[in-house]
Amino acid sequence: MATTELEYMRLPKYRRTMHNFAKFFKSIPSGIVALTFAIGRFFKGLGIKIANVFRDIVLTWKNGDYKTRVSYFILGFGNVARGQYLRGILFMLFEVVFIVFMIFVGGPNLYKLDTLGITHTWTDEWGVEHVGDNSFQILLYGVLSLFFIAAFAYTWYVNVKQNKISQEILATGKPLKSGKEDLQSLVDDQFHKTLLALPLLGILVFTVLPIFFMILIAFTNYDGQHLAPKNLFTWIGGANFAEVFNFGGSKFASTFGEILVWTLVWAFFATFTNYFLGMIVAMIINRKGIKLKKLWRTILVVSIAIPQFISLLYVGKMFSDTGFINGILMQMGAIKAPLPFWKDPMWARITIILVNIWVGIPYLMLITSGILMNIPADLYESAKIDGASPWKMYIKITLPYMLFVTGPYLLSSFIGNMNNFNVIFLVNGGEPSDIALEGGAGHSDLLITWLYKLTVNQNNYKMASVIGILVFVVVAFISVVIYNIIPSMKNEEDFQ
Amino acid sequence: MAEELQQQKVVYIPDNTRKKSSQKKNKRVTNIIIYVVLTLISIIWLFPFLLILLESFRTYPTLNTGNPFSGSGYEWGLGNYTKLFTETRFPTWFLNTFIIALFVAVLQTLIVLCMSYTLSRSRFKGRKLLMNFMLVIGMFPGFLTLLVLYNILKDIGLTQEHAVPGLILVYVASSGMGYHVSKGFFDTVPKALDEAARIDGANRAQVLIKIILPMAKPIVIYTILTAFMGPWGDFIFAQYVAFGAPGGYNVAVGLYSWLTKEMINNYYTMFCAGGVIVALPVTLLFMFLQKYYVEGVTGGAVKG
Repeated sequence: MATTELEYMRLPKYRRTMHNFAKFFKSIPSGIVALTFAIGRFFKGLGIKIANVFRDIVLTWKNGDYKTRVSYFILGFGNVARGQYLRGILFMLFEVVFIVFMIFVGGPNLYKLDTLGITHTWTDEWGVEHVGDNSFQILLYGVLSLFFIAAFAYTWYVNVKQNKISQEILATGKPLKSGKEDLQSLVDDQFHKTLLALPLLGILVFTVLPIFFMILIAFTNYDGQHLAPKNLFTWIGGANFAEVFNFGGSKFASTFGEILVWTLVWAFFATFTNYFLGMIVAMIINRKGIKLKKLWRTILVVSIAIPQFISLLYVGKMFSDTGFINGILMQMGAIKAPLPFWKDPMWARITIILVNIWVGIPYLMLITSGILMNIPADLYESAKIDGASPWKMYIKITLPYMLFVTGPYLLSSFIGNMNNFNVIFLVNGGEPSDIALEGGAGHSDLLITWLYKLTVNQNNYKMASVIGILVFVVVAFISVVIYNIIPSMKNEEDFQ
Repeated sequence: MAEELQQQKVVYIPDNTRKKSSQKKNKRVTNIIIYVVLTLISIIWLFPFLLILLESFRTYPTLNTGNPFSGSGYEWGLGNYTKLFTETRFPTWFLNTFIIALFVAVLQTLIVLCMSYTLSRSRFKGRKLLMNFMLVIGMFPGFLTLLVLYNILKDIGLTQEHAVPGLILVYVASSGMGYHVSKGFFDTVPKALDEAARIDGANRAQVLIKIILPMAKPIVIYTILTAFMGPWGDFIFAQYVAFGAPGGYNVAVGLYSWLTKEMINNYYTMFCAGGVIVALPVTLLFMFLQKYYVEGVTGGAVKG
């Protein structure tokens, strides 16, 4: 095993990559140790920060005048008392909203958060419905309240800090910022706050909150038998995870294993078949002496423009038993019975990879032709003078250059393919499914399409949530591994 | 020796020309092969679309042979198209999708530009943390949130028949996550421009509106184009939100509902006709703005 830089440089390319892999996995133990220390340092740092915040709060109270002290209870009082009406009123408004929200929504739901509700909705003998708890609402609004409380705590701290700063500024005899100046700074040095406020609020409410909520669902028994509001669901700890990892014991675990393996195999083939074939198509279109370049390119690009649900649904039907391909072949007498494109697991998987090539090549053709044209022409010229064959030039110049430039793209496209819902779902819906698989899964389902089926068809939310978390873990793991291997590749293949 | 050399020379010269002419021949053969390959590729890529077009003019709807060339048992005509607009809810679906696409194109572009410009230009506390946080959040599969978003929308009454505003809200609200491509563009715009304008007394908002935006035309058009095209193809979320209420469907959900086992025999060719109607405007727009799309896609890939 090479250790020094010099020895490393002497290795052939594939050995280098192997070396990087080995180095990465060798470094895992020491990495874990380093990570533990880093986490320790992080928490120590966090502890110091929190301690500082508390000291700040206490000191501000000690040194504060009555305006500051009242602000501890009535947010923005200090601002108003010192003439900063705009800020003060906004603070007060926020406090009022917060209190109202906590009394009517937050409190009652937080109170039931530990059990997620105990009273069922039931109908008595006169047909009157008695509305009970709704676990879903309790959890959703409970989580929302927690977010709100965190936001309020932060605002409260900002309010305290502003009082401290205002006091210090006034002590030096300078005037405070007026409301007009505050507004002006929002289009100038505080412009980023103006621009980010709305987008981040959207992300918080429609992405972060739902994801946080669904992570919690993984620890409950929320499924078809426990549908809110008719029935209640509650916390069950890690039982769902135990079921997924109980290989040999539960059918769910074996299904998960099979689908995970297929997802990785699919992502590998989908990424690299498209990458290399797309590159080849781009190269032959860009070749000197080929005419009508624009026409060839446009023909491929048309297939990007047409919405996928039309083209993919149609292509999927083309391969069905009664579809175009089997129809033509049977009319020609080439086959007697329809080919099992979507009926046999292996056929289905190979066919879907082929269909994906049809989908992906136009994108890769676009992406790679831009980069191919950027490869310095003198590299090829000097290679030609040295008598290199086209194949050798491809291996020694084109490919390393492409891999260098598109490394990050390959990673994101691998992950994109792992989550490639459209191709699988629209073309064949993950068929064929049979009793060997649990949870309505088919043999060509990816984790993501299975997640969809669990949510929409099976109402098995707890398992969908577990699968979602596991997808996250796999994606995060692959990203970390690749990122640790790519930078070393970047250094050695620098073309600049 | 001298004789040998001369002989070699004599032999060498014709060999060289022969080699050159064979090289030329080789090149011609390769080019012919390439043209054949390119023609094959073109046929494979256009064939399904041609079939859809043919099927849409076939008035006998069954899927039977699936071979529009066999020519028996049906007639050609515009029947599917007239039926599409008179007997089905397709016009509603088309209008729904068009409205969604228009709103999303405007609002999503605004949000993406705000995000990407700020993250590219401003340096504020927590910027790196924010970007890392969004990277991590982005690793969760998006459909995980399907259930929650549906319930939130239901609580504010924006599902089923009223799915259109609900869908706009959801598409736009989470669009800030897709800032990468246009951030990559803003990163390449020299900062000296900003500084020069600031020295001349412009505030940051004026810098954005008067200096940066006019230069960012390609990326703005790219963002509008992708934002406009997205809703035409969204199926998953639209189906979940509008479930069971055809008045709130978009084209993808509506047309997909014709391919279920009960419907496909009567509606298969109608599906193709609907597909053609949807694909035409989107494709035309795309071809018209193709240049910007290519720029955005290539730029996004290189910067990762």
